[in-house]
Amino acid sequence: MADDSRLSLPPLTDDLVLLDSGLDSLGIAVLVARLEDVLGLDPFTELASGEAGYPVTLGAFVDVYERAAQAHGVHSTSAD
Amino acid sequence: MASIRQALTDAARGGARYIRGADAGVSLAQAGQATALQSPAARLVDRTVLVATRDQLAAVLALIDLDGVARRLILCAPDVVPDRLGEIAGHAGADAIVSDTELRGPGVDGLVHVRCGTAWTAAVSPPPPPHRETEWVLLTSGTAGAAKMVRHTFATLTGSSGSAVPAASRPVVVWGTFYDVRRYGGLQVVLRAIVGGGSLVLGGPDDTLSSYMRRLAALGATHVSGTPTHWRRVLMSPHAGAIAPDYIRLSGEIADQAVLDALRTRYPRARIAHAFASTEAGVGFEVDDGLAGFAADVVGADGPVAIRVQEGSLRLRSARTALGYLHDGDGPLADRDGFVDTGDAVERRGNRYYFLGRRSGVINVGGLKVHPEEVEAAINRHPLVRMAKVAARRSPITGSLVSADVVLDPGADADGLRQEILTMCRDTLPAHKVPALVRVVPSLDLAATGKLARRAR
Repeated sequence: MADDSRLSLPPLTDDLVLLDSGLDSLGIAVLVARLEDVLGLDPFTELASGEAGYPVTLGAFVDVYERAAQAHGVHSTSAD
Repeated sequence: MASIRQALTDAARGGARYIRGADAGVSLAQAGQATALQSPAARLVDRTVLVATRDQLAAVLALIDLDGVARRLILCAPDVVPDRLGEIAGHAGADAIVSDTELRGPGVDGLVHVRCGTAWTAAVSPPPPPHRETEWVLLTSGTAGAAKMVRHTFATLTGSSGSAVPAASRPVVVWGTFYDVRRYGGLQVVLRAIVGGGSLVLGGPDDTLSSYMRRLAALGATHVSGTPTHWRRVLMSPHAGAIAPDYIRLSGEIADQAVLDALRTRYPRARIAHAFASTEAGVGFEVDDGLAGFAADVVGADGPVAIRVQEGSLRLRSARTALGYLHDGDGPLADRDGFVDTGDAVERRGNRYYFLGRRSGVINVGGLKVHPEEVEAAINRHPLVRMAKVAARRSPITGSLVSADVVLDPGADADGLRQEILTMCRDTLPAHKVPALVRVVPSLDLAATGKLARRAR
């Protein structure tokens, strides 16, 4: 996606703030759609009340997918 | 007659009220005696004026100066690139332009030019008192990039609609808006702040989400408005905790349950309301029970806003409905009974209606409209594309995304071409119109008319 958008990415660490990663909300929306196509998971639509809500950091973003994968019984580390 | 300047004088709670932008701010107490124009407004009396500023604050001050003075004000949204201004001036019959930058070009050079700024100036005489009802023209995106011009007045923009305007129950109401003030949603915030006796905090042309949120926090914004996409961005921002609004308003897109719940968790003290509003229909109604959709009993009920559902489409009639389009060619805005077809498909489930999307296939990406035909035309320019069909794909982040199915010439390299198509779209379309996903398909369905089969999803 960085190539697609001619972006240069900062180092990807857990505490990287998503909105500082070079992706705006449109970019995050595209990433979420592509992950849904690859993983079959759409954890944001399922985002339940009382959950932590929308992720601020890359680490929290990955956590959302890991929790969704566990809930769906998907044994995969492909969200990493 | 009603005008912004009159409203400011009437809401005489004056002293401490202000409008603050990125680098400057003005006190509203002086609004009656000063001007932000750099030459006398007398030059603009009864003229049709394009308001084309870089800075939102400059646009708001120009509106205060010219409402009730000019014949017609055309608010140019920030995405109106300078080389289209001449075309818009021609369509609107403009004979003057107010801007905070030097604007030149065909169709623009011949206009009366008046510079405006982000501060009151005492050196120029203030505008004459309001003497007429000024027409306000807002631009909405039409097919193939041509803008439709929608006519309002101060009265239709502020008229009583029965939807609860949050009363100034607190001594200080400070409004903020993630919408640009040149769009209907942002303009509503400006007018509510002015009529309701509040102050206003605006973003500047170089603001980021973080810098604007820091300003909202520093000035203690109490009432903040934006689309669901804006609010999801706020929730993903490390500065989300810096603001503590009493009132959160969402409009311009479908508010889903996830964003309403996440806002409730993040801002437990706030009244959270999602409103239905459009440039043409005006503000329809506001829902503040914390649930997506709206209660079925508002449909058909009597009141200042009449709501109908006809053939699955939401229709509205109120004192806030626009007067019409500027050009007859854009068709009548309302039906014979005065109802505007919003084009939004709704479905009843139990005692509630839910929004399904746009009936026409128009895609709403984070509050910005995309006409599928325009994207299809961009894709079809590739010599190896036989046919393309563009549709909405649901997104939990921006409401919808643009998705394209393409049929290629036999034997074409699908992977390579997908990349070429994307590159071509990026070079010719704004980012929100570029397909997020391009799928190569063997064929596309045609309707009996021979046109691409489209349906609202």
